Amino acid sequence: MLALAVVLVSIALLCATGLAAVLAGRSDRAALHLSTAGSVIACLAGAIASLAALIRGEQASLRAAWPLPVGQLHVALDALSSFFLVCVFLVSGLSAVYGAGYLRAYIGKRRLAPALFFFNLLVAAMAALVIARDGILFLVAWEVMSLASYFLVTFENEREEVRRAGMTYLVASQLGVVFLFVLFAMLRRGASTYDFDAFAAAAVPASGLANTCFWLALAGFGTKAGFWPVHIWLPDAHPAAPSHVSALMSGVMIKMGIYGLLRALTFLGPPPAWWGAVVIAIGVVSGLAGVLHALAQHDLKRLLAYHSVENIGIIALGIGVGLLGQSHHNPSIAFLGYAGALLHVLNHGLFKGILFEAAGSVFHATGTRDIESLGGLSRRMPVTAAAFLLGSVAICGLPPLNGFVSEWLIYVGAFRASASLPHAWAVAALAAVPALALIGGLAAACFVKVFGVVFLGEPRSEAASTAHEAGRMMLTPMVLGSLLCVSIGIWPAAAIRLVAPAATLLGRLPSVPMTVAGPMVAITRVAVVLLALVALLALLRRALLAGRPVASAATWGCGYSAPTPRMQYTAASFAEPVLEPFAAAIPRRVRQEGPAGYFPATAHYEEHLGDMAGERFLVPATRRVLRAISRIKVIQQGHLQLYLVYIAATLVALLVWQLAGSGR
Amino acid sequence: MADFAVHVALLLGLPPLLLGLINKTKALFAGRNGPPLLQTYLDVWKLLGKGAVYSRTTTWIFRAGPIVSLAAVLCAGLVLPLASNASPLGFAGDLVAFAYLFGLGRFFTMTAALDTGSSFEGMGASREAAFSAFAEPALFLSLAIVCVPAGSATFGVAFGTLPWATWGISHPTFLAAALSLFAVLLAENSRIPVDDPNTHLELTMVHEVMVLDHGGPDFAFVLYASAVKLFVIGALLVHVLLPIPADGGWRGAALLCGGEIALAVAVGVVESVMARLRLPRVPQFLVGAAVLAAIGLAALYYRGAP
Repeated sequence: MLALAVVLVSIALLCATGLAAVLAGRSDRAALHLSTAGSVIACLAGAIASLAALIRGEQASLRAAWPLPVGQLHVALDALSSFFLVCVFLVSGLSAVYGAGYLRAYIGKRRLAPALFFFNLLVAAMAALVIARDGILFLVAWEVMSLASYFLVTFENEREEVRRAGMTYLVASQLGVVFLFVLFAMLRRGASTYDFDAFAAAAVPASGLANTCFWLALAGFGTKAGFWPVHIWLPDAHPAAPSHVSALMSGVMIKMGIYGLLRALTFLGPPPAWWGAVVIAIGVVSGLAGVLHALAQHDLKRLLAYHSVENIGIIALGIGVGLLGQSHHNPSIAFLGYAGALLHVLNHGLFKGILFEAAGSVFHATGTRDIESLGGLSRRMPVTAAAFLLGSVAICGLPPLNGFVSEWLIYVGAFRASASLPHAWAVAALAAVPALALIGGLAAACFVKVFGVVFLGEPRSEAASTAHEAGRMMLTPMVLGSLLCVSIGIWPAAAIRLVAPAATLLGRLPSVPMTVAGPMVAITRVAVVLLALVALLALLRRALLAGRPVASAATWGCGYSAPTPRMQYTAASFAEPVLEPFAAAIPRRVRQEGPAGYFPATAHYEEHLGDMAGERFLVPATRRVLRAISRIKVIQQGHLQLYLVYIAATLVALLVWQLAGSGR
Repeated sequence: MADFAVHVALLLGLPPLLLGLINKTKALFAGRNGPPLLQTYLDVWKLLGKGAVYSRTTTWIFRAGPIVSLAAVLCAGLVLPLASNASPLGFAGDLVAFAYLFGLGRFFTMTAALDTGSSFEGMGASREAAFSAFAEPALFLSLAIVCVPAGSATFGVAFGTLPWATWGISHPTFLAAALSLFAVLLAENSRIPVDDPNTHLELTMVHEVMVLDHGGPDFAFVLYASAVKLFVIGALLVHVLLPIPADGGWRGAALLCGGEIALAVAVGVVESVMARLRLPRVPQFLVGAAVLAAIGLAALYYRGAP
């Protein structure tokens, strides 16, 4: 009960300090300090409380009267809620600290109060969402979350593309929530109340109704999570938002879609196996589409946004494997899948936080997000560069960092499923294996590209050559996040303890089915041996070079002696051979003017890589809907007389209907 | 303890010999004498004794590249069982760690290449990134053939249940896995038909151009790491093809060494009789390997083996 109380107090503190920031009036500095202090304290307290509840297996619930006609105030903590609360508070706390440093540059230029207020409100709404146990309360928190993040995305609303991105986001989230309204209405039919406990008790049996609910949950929650093809708002919204907001949105807000989906699955009775296959298919497509589109981007934050789609795909693969295991009453597969998905939720929050924060620092220092005009930043921003490198290795799922642990769980779950499930479903699970492998390879290509082009080599522009390291406030969360990534990677046994209760809850398993403790210790051993080998070889190299001539020279130019930074390999060239075989999947517009004449002065090459889902499906579909709707425009002519005729005609029609009805 | 010593001795001692064998085979085909069999040992020793020249553009990442790559492949060699079915770092699910350790090594080789700011090295890194990404599905699908019958993503268990007794029945599927793994081995180790280690033009290189700026002990690490990589992936292939006894012993060590030598000769033969593929063809080659493994996997399920 104490943990729940602390969480509620944290939510209240977040709202109160957010409001105080608005009331602080003209002094932006005071507002910034006040709301940051409030959110850091609230997040710290909330994180500790939810962590304690998670480890002790604490369950608590609280009901109170609700003045609205439907629903009641019912909040509770269980393993799933506690786990997501840890993610929310951890990533939000780090983002808040970063935001305090990031927003300092805006003091005196624009009013910060709205950004501060909505940031705290967003965190509070996410925390409330995770503990809500009533449909109406859940939807209210969901809408507050969507709207608060909309106002954060449109922070710099004087820029046209920001307003556009905000509108896309708003429309997408409102379209998504329509599915949720229908979902909750359908769940209520069985339970006759909006209470989650009643939903779970009614446990819609495997039937047409459950299948409808499943599809509705996929559409509604998937829009927020960023499943392909409804991810379309994500690559616009993340670059438009300030970087600490991007870190928060990508790190935890889109995971609220995952939470919603998982929570909805607990209402639906035992899942049929094909649900797992569907979720795996979504994961494969989202993962591959996300990473391929990321490779095609030149905007640093847009690139990272597409990687969120990729990682949501990986999480979906885990959920799919879990569903397959659950439907075949195979506890170990169910556990591995769900545990992998949940751990990836936490991991992605951590490393994507680092990456977005580092990207924000780069933008802060150079004023551009175009990676083609950057370069050589690791000399001027050593800490940011190291943090970005660590985040890159982690997001590619490479050992000895945290991304490897969650992907390992999903891989092993899929391999196990491939051997012990009936053949059709074994093949479905096995599809996750080469997909994960290809996603991993492509992600490595993408992060080598972005890290190499932004941080290594020579600066490609004036701005890049005069960049400066970020302030301490902005570096601290990156360093803390890196430490967490390293500790989960080296000591995964501890991380497994965090996800095990929630994974057993999701799989409806009586207990943790099989011990992954052995492999986790083994992963620790591999990581330690790896680091020891690195240290040993570094010492060997140092010992060998001691006392020998070590000279500096220019990079070998293969005989050409006057290279300029502009001759360095570009990100677009780097990605070309990787993208070439996938040319059909990414719409490409090229404008090219080759050099002409004997002494050509100029040449021009321009390439735009679009989004297949948007350009080939969503935009044409929207256009078709609009065209269909425009046929109705005939009745809307703008003449008042005509509208009066409509009203009169309707009244007469109703009158006739009523009279005919009573006459019978 | 003895097993551990044998494992480490094989892992550290044997790899440079394979490069010498490949070169000898190629020399034989070309009617030359070729460099001595132990040339790679001498090269590594010579390089370890030299000083270094670093580009002014580079940072600590350039220096970390060879170290991390070598540490990663050595670690992968400790995860994979060599002369028996046990390994010092093996665990339940070690197969994934094995593949991802190579990924780590490659990641650092590629970033080190980009650290020089040279467009040639960038080009090499870009090709390496593309080819290795396309090789991943082939690698994992052929590993799936190996581990589906055992129901475990663990090398020790999977090698223990490879159906030697029923080799005739399962023959085609494991042949598919072996061929696919051989293609992966050629791609991962920058051999013909994917890359030519003897090419002289920076524009056409893949792996060699990425390490163009490394010298002295750094280059010794690079050279040694590439030999270890060939040896380790080769050991995986040997395990699929030869019945290495579970408890190792001298028979295990002999089978492994014999298999590795045969493999090195096979690589040399491929390099002698084949031209390199055009760059756009390489992804097709690797996707072809993945499709082959997928067909093998389908055959495995069709038989109802798992």
